[in-house]
Amino acid sequence: MVRIPSRVAGTGDGAPRVAVAVSGGAARAGSPPPRPHAAVAANAIITILHFTSVLMLIVRQLTKSYPSGGQSLTVLHDVTFTVPDGAFVAIVGPSGSGKTTLLGLLAGLDTPTSGAVLLDGVELGALSEDARARLRGEKVGFVFQSFQLIPTLTAAENIAVPLELRGARDAAARARVLLERVGLADRAHHLPAQLSGGEQQRVALARAFANAPRVLFADEPTGNLDSATGERIIALLEELNHEAGTTIILVTHDSALASHARRIIRLSDGAVVDDRELAA
Amino acid sequence: MSARWRQLAALAWRDSRTARRRLLLYMSSISLGVAALVAIDSYSANVVRSIRGQSRALLGGDVSLSSRTAFPAPIDSLLDTLARSGIAVGHTTTFTSMALVPRGQTTRLVQVNAVGPDVPFYGSIETDPPGHYAGLQRGHAALVDPSLLTELGAHEGDSVALGSARFEIIGTLRNVPGDIGIASSLGPRVYIAERWVPETKLLVFGSRADYEVLLKIPPALDAAQVIAAHRATLDSAHVRARTVQDTERSLTQGIEQLNRFLGVVALVALLLGGVGVANAIHAYIEEKRDPIAVLRVLGATSRQVLAVYVMEAGALGLFGAVIGVVLGVIAQMELPHVLGGFVPVSVVPRLEPRAILNGIAIGVWVAVVFALLPILGVRTISPLEAIRRDASGAPVRRLLRDVPRLIVLAALAASVVLIAIVRAGTVRRGVWMSAGVAAALALLWLAAVVVSRLTRRLLRERWPFVMRQGLANLYRPANQTQAVMLALGFGAFLISTLYLVQRNVIAGLALSGTETRANLAFFDVQQDQAAGVDSIIRAAHAPVLQQVPIVPMRIASIAARSPGLAPARRTGGRDAGRGRAPGRGSWALRREYRSSYRDTLVASEKLVAGTWFGARPSDALPPVSLESDLASELGVTLGDTITWDVQGVRIPTIVASLRQVTWARFEPNFFVVFPPGPLAGAPQTVVFLTRVADAGARAALQRAVVERAPNVSSIDLALIQRAVGSILDKVAIAIRFMALFSVATGALVLLSAIAASRRQRLREGVLLKTLGATRAQIARIMLSEYAALGVLASATGIVLSLGGAWALTRYLFQSRFSPAALPLGAIALLMIALTAGVGLWSSRDVFAETAMAALRE
Repeated sequence: MVRIPSRVAGTGDGAPRVAVAVSGGAARAGSPPPRPHAAVAANAIITILHFTSVLMLIVRQLTKSYPSGGQSLTVLHDVTFTVPDGAFVAIVGPSGSGKTTLLGLLAGLDTPTSGAVLLDGVELGALSEDARARLRGEKVGFVFQSFQLIPTLTAAENIAVPLELRGARDAAARARVLLERVGLADRAHHLPAQLSGGEQQRVALARAFANAPRVLFADEPTGNLDSATGERIIALLEELNHEAGTTIILVTHDSALASHARRIIRLSDGAVVDDRELAA
Repeated sequence: MSARWRQLAALAWRDSRTARRRLLLYMSSISLGVAALVAIDSYSANVVRSIRGQSRALLGGDVSLSSRTAFPAPIDSLLDTLARSGIAVGHTTTFTSMALVPRGQTTRLVQVNAVGPDVPFYGSIETDPPGHYAGLQRGHAALVDPSLLTELGAHEGDSVALGSARFEIIGTLRNVPGDIGIASSLGPRVYIAERWVPETKLLVFGSRADYEVLLKIPPALDAAQVIAAHRATLDSAHVRARTVQDTERSLTQGIEQLNRFLGVVALVALLLGGVGVANAIHAYIEEKRDPIAVLRVLGATSRQVLAVYVMEAGALGLFGAVIGVVLGVIAQMELPHVLGGFVPVSVVPRLEPRAILNGIAIGVWVAVVFALLPILGVRTISPLEAIRRDASGAPVRRLLRDVPRLIVLAALAASVVLIAIVRAGTVRRGVWMSAGVAAALALLWLAAVVVSRLTRRLLRERWPFVMRQGLANLYRPANQTQAVMLALGFGAFLISTLYLVQRNVIAGLALSGTETRANLAFFDVQQDQAAGVDSIIRAAHAPVLQQVPIVPMRIASIAARSPGLAPARRTGGRDAGRGRAPGRGSWALRREYRSSYRDTLVASEKLVAGTWFGARPSDALPPVSLESDLASELGVTLGDTITWDVQGVRIPTIVASLRQVTWARFEPNFFVVFPPGPLAGAPQTVVFLTRVADAGARAALQRAVVERAPNVSSIDLALIQRAVGSILDKVAIAIRFMALFSVATGALVLLSAIAASRRQRLREGVLLKTLGATRAQIARIMLSEYAALGVLASATGIVLSLGGAWALTRYLFQSRFSPAALPLGAIALLMIALTAGVGLWSSRDVFAETAMAALRE
């Protein structure tokens, strides 16, 4: 079997477990605002944890509002949480609850009105648009509901894009390896239009893992698939998460899908209303 | 019914609400074609109107009788008869001569117009100071072109010498009716009174002169009848008669030809603009898929939806055409400045309603017909798409099964033919014209396909990702690559063809001026002056490169070797032209030949048939060598007999060889060459060719010769180069004007093609951003796409222009062709810069869109 390369393979999986309790407790939504000295302490702990590379995402008092008809419409209020390295987190909530906005902010696709996101220790707000793009190319993978393959490129070429954007010389060879991993070696030269939905999403998964990302963001990855195909995609996602230790942030409104995660953050009206660990 | 249509129209109006400004930009691709058509049509209508209004002034009289030789006695007595019947008779003699200002250093070849009193009968020659034309007849006075004063360093009041006579310059010429401006670039004009011609002693044996008599016919008589009554006398004396109507016709024909040529270019630009419209509407319909689906859900039939969009296209087409008309009228006002030198009348620009209405009608029609192709696509939009985005509409029908689409395509082809027929005036010409347009487009298309296939094959894995990605975009599904290549390539084709032809023709002249070739010619040297001129040239330490005898003659008769084979025996004179279409064949029979004799071939000719002069039996007919095109025009072949009339002496000859002649060289070349013997005793003049490198020394030598032999004219190669250069420059401006329209149309087609794939481009740009692409990388991808498009388009245009320019240079200008790599590279670079610039500019929203959009899809 081909192994998805991973930076964290040797750092040990024990530390994050400890961190979950600390950070999750300190930042739980709905609890009273932390007192100044407690906040300083929490920040200190977070910083320390960061230096030991156990927190992949740190979200601090994130707020996003859009101007709307002369007024400002706030879609996210003061969202705070952390995600340890290697976690599998589902963000759920009804339509309009701010899931997609949050995902965009976490991945640096958009900038918050206030608050901060640290991705693998890097504060996104301090980066330019291009620097964020480079960071994404290096550390972030994406899977979309509508697959988002480039229609003019073959399956293999689509997978090679993130590698080529970083100037990898063996992009084509690595793309073939990834295709094999998702079981589509024989479809390498097919265009997206010639693939089924499930196949397209598998290509998208392979592309998402092409650069061995630290975090994978999946936005309703099974939304356009029938349930059986969706199950297979999720299984593949879990497998990859397990093999490479990649942190996975799954956005969905489908509770069955969310139940695959080990932690569920529930959003409603732009605020975190629930954040719980699931029993293994 | 009408209320229903009104409702649909209202719907169409509202539907276009958000996109009107953008759509108008794309619709303007039709505007430029319309503008070109309106400009050309209006201008030529202006010119034709001016010719009609000024035709008497153009001719100067009601009838013009002209001849290359002095009028013989029968004509003189005919003129006496006419004068007695109340017809006014006025003489003009036109010839070339050297003019010099006694105190100056330079001489200049001029065209002398020696005019009799009262000439011209109609129209007036404007002078500066005004009103001095009448002063010409009072004494030894001359009116000259202002350029001559500059060239000779002379002023009003100075005297100018023409041959043995001297004239006081009493003013300059400002406007002479019927004169074509550029003609004066070869020889500035000098007007003198006709009675001084003998005093100049310039018209001697072998001198070239045009003799013209203008008749002013009283209203009671009809000009055509007067000519018809004396046709026999005129024809037998080789006198050409022209009426006002003849002048009108020939001038109008000229402008119509120009109109037809430029019209084809404009039509191609318009059709390319049509492609732009099709792209724009395609993009628009793609954008409107959801609203259309909703309309269908709400109960609109696909016919109604179709009607809504046809109305929108029609309205936008109308708007685009109106903008085109405005631009066209502006251009029309500028055209007289550009083309003024070619047109014998002063053109007053005025609005031509016919041209304007035509432009609007053609513009709207082309817009609607081209728009219909993509609009037919709304039929396949299913109401289901309103509910499910990925619900695909009815399957696209195969072309041959899709009757409405076939009808639209047929209408498209038919409208091109119809427009061509309307423009050309006759069905036959219209069909040819549309065949020409179709051939031009097909050739461009073919070149575009070949060039883009080649590029695709050249695409290599090793190339940087951004480059491959950019190039791959050219081959995306439903790409507009070839349409854009076509439009931009046509512009590049026009510009580079023009450039190459201009350059090669001028280079051809310059080439013959280099090194040891002659750059100065003295002609009309009389036999008794030859020794003197020869010694003057040698005294100036200049070589006599060639000394060429010239013997004027006419064809007396032609006989085929075996009478059964060739068309019946023909004779020269008026009968020769009868029974055949009065074309150049008859002219070839009647014209005066200035032939030479020598025993060798010169560098500018090549033997293509028969044998060159060698030993022959003394009793055989003397052989002659004919230029091959002339031989085919006369219908003679090797072995045929031609009898020449050499100053009244009949000399029978046999056609022994045919030569191909490169005319565009600065050396005397001849249609007919004799061997040395037979013409030795005939009256003749001599041409001397020499080479003097220094311009000052050249001027001094010319002056020395003119002082010794005033009737001898000299031509400086630099003069010819200048004249040809200035003519080509003016032609070039007119064509460049058209090329500009084509390039601009190309840019608009590019804009609309980019718009057509806008959605896809935005999605991809955003996606690449989420995958980690920086804006610089996206810019490089787009840059390589558009730069490649520019490379392909200019390659297409330039490759074709090499062929076109080669053919024009070789066959029309009879000059040698060499491609010019560097300037062509510059043209290509400009095209690439334009394409990349327009492409990047119109893709700027791909940069602006944040990566967030990928999630919102």
